[in-house]
Amino acid sequence: MSTPSTPAQGALYGLVAEFPTSEALLAATRRAYSAGYRRMEAYTPFPVEGLVEALDFHQTHIPLVVLLGGLAGGIGGYVLQYWINVIHYRLDVGGRPLHSWPAFIPVTFETTILIAALAAVLGMLALNGLPMPYHPLFNVPRFAAVTRDGFFLCIEARDAQFDRVETRHFLESLEACEVSDVEP
Amino acid sequence: MSEETTGSREPNAQTQSGQTQGSRTPVLQPGYTYASVTDKISAITLSRRTPLGWWIGFGFAFIWVMVLLFAIAYLFAVGVGIWGINIPVAWGFAITNFVWWIGIGHAGTLISAILLLMRQQWRTSINRFAEAMTIFAVACAAMFPVLHLGRPWYFYWLIPYPNTMDMWPQFRSPLIWDFFAVSTYGTVSLIFWYIGLIPDLATLRDRSPSRAGRAVYGILAMGWRGAARHWRRYEIAYLLLAGLATPLVVSVHSVVSLDFTVAQLPGWHSTIFPPYFVAGAIFSGFGMVLTIAIPVRRFYHLEDFVTMRHLRNMALVMLATGLIVDYGYAMETFMAWYSGREVEIYAILNRLLGPYSLVYWAVLGCNVLAIQVLWFRRARSNVPLLFVVALIVNVGMWLERYMIVVVSLHRDFLPSSWHMFYPTIWDWATFIGSLGLFTALLFLFLRLLPMISISEMRELVLETGGGGDNQEQRRGA
Repeated sequence: MSTPSTPAQGALYGLVAEFPTSEALLAATRRAYSAGYRRMEAYTPFPVEGLVEALDFHQTHIPLVVLLGGLAGGIGGYVLQYWINVIHYRLDVGGRPLHSWPAFIPVTFETTILIAALAAVLGMLALNGLPMPYHPLFNVPRFAAVTRDGFFLCIEARDAQFDRVETRHFLESLEACEVSDVEP
Repeated sequence: MSEETTGSREPNAQTQSGQTQGSRTPVLQPGYTYASVTDKISAITLSRRTPLGWWIGFGFAFIWVMVLLFAIAYLFAVGVGIWGINIPVAWGFAITNFVWWIGIGHAGTLISAILLLMRQQWRTSINRFAEAMTIFAVACAAMFPVLHLGRPWYFYWLIPYPNTMDMWPQFRSPLIWDFFAVSTYGTVSLIFWYIGLIPDLATLRDRSPSRAGRAVYGILAMGWRGAARHWRRYEIAYLLLAGLATPLVVSVHSVVSLDFTVAQLPGWHSTIFPPYFVAGAIFSGFGMVLTIAIPVRRFYHLEDFVTMRHLRNMALVMLATGLIVDYGYAMETFMAWYSGREVEIYAILNRLLGPYSLVYWAVLGCNVLAIQVLWFRRARSNVPLLFVVALIVNVGMWLERYMIVVVSLHRDFLPSSWHMFYPTIWDWATFIGSLGLFTALLFLFLRLLPMISISEMRELVLETGGGGDNQEQRRGA
């Protein structure tokens, strides 16, 4: 399926090119971006420094999600204790103040951490669109190397500039070791 | 943190320090590529043959799991009277074990969170199984407070939820704080561990020879495909999780210590308890990490990944935290004298010379004397000796928890209520059973999941200058 003479049949998800090293992938991504390609993604076995910048991706929104989670956890934890021990279920122990805020700190702290941590994990998964059991790239047999030592760049068909033949030639000119069609 | 750490992850600084390191043991033996670290670590999990040693170890541990289940079933049927507890020693083995187990978990969180934030490169190959150890230790720990409730099936009354009895928990009680602290700690440790596992689960999914393996690892990997944007969100989330887990290293055992120190009992009512408990937790945790790491690296031939540098650094952390614990012992004794309170002084004298004095002197022998050998580099480089010291630390810290719980409780203010505590066979069965559960879970983990983070090791290959020619190697293969 990887020979350039593959006849055009049906729509493609995109074209994926494999590169020998992380440096080669980084250089190729930069050149693809300057050539005007936007709908593309790089795939690596470990995070590669500078790669997301080359893809012009800056806002992860994760810190905001975690901050909101932490605030919700902290405020929620304190309000829960206040409502229970001061309003709804008053426990009068020797006439001590009902709103004994220092005693509410440990649980407030714990709920802050708990909800912030859950927000970090669930937020990361949701923003990444995971879990996603099926993805067109899994159709490419070579792509399994992405979790070992393969470095891939995929230009998606929905890119305005995508052309089945032109884009393949472009990817091959970037010194990719192999360019494959990605069935949808 | 130690003499043998490389601080920076910048590639330039790395190559420089790599050159200037000279005789230093590296964190990864040279010659590895992305492919070879991946293959070597995943092969342990993916090989169809289970080593005979694994079956023997797991089988032995599993017997003790059965003993534990039997002891718990009998406890549920008959009640806590089968244990040696009484009034005043109502806590006995259960809380001793709880405090000991939860302390052990702390080393895993320290390695995975604090050392990550401090960019200690040597954490990479030990963080995964240290985190696994944390989760299993928390599981063993969390069991005990529930078991020691007279009616354990009502433990969920600790959770604040609307109920038909219209009752709510008392949030001014350290026992409720403890419930929140331990459950938060367990949850955060578990998701931190799982997030770290996702890229490696994807590796196993792509490399598993069996259909079932591909399906199970595939479901667990959630469709991870190493996209650059995913990696960026993943790294930020992981770093923030490390930041969130860092205060947990300090807070969990502090809250556990409040269970004791908020009470007025002599021997418990002391301001030094929170830091003293935290140091003790990290101390015993590193003892347990060494106890596990030394046989595992030998059995699975992982000396290239878990190098002498790791063992020496862990020994140093153990020495440093051990000395803080020793300071705690000295201060407890000093403050009892300095307070001038008769009951406080008596509590210490009873600890030194009373019926349980052997426990106290054994604690000093294990946690003060034995660790002094770690001052010497030759001792830190001697693997069998390190293993023995780590075992001594495990025993010493358990005895310390026993001393705090039982020796303080058995003689309180009123001599007429004094009582000795003698553990029964059920106390021992539950304790040793929990050791069996911990070991059995660890064996399952070693067999079913990658015990070293593969994706982080690939990064380490890049940072230590390898990995460039791996593609050609794979093509040749």
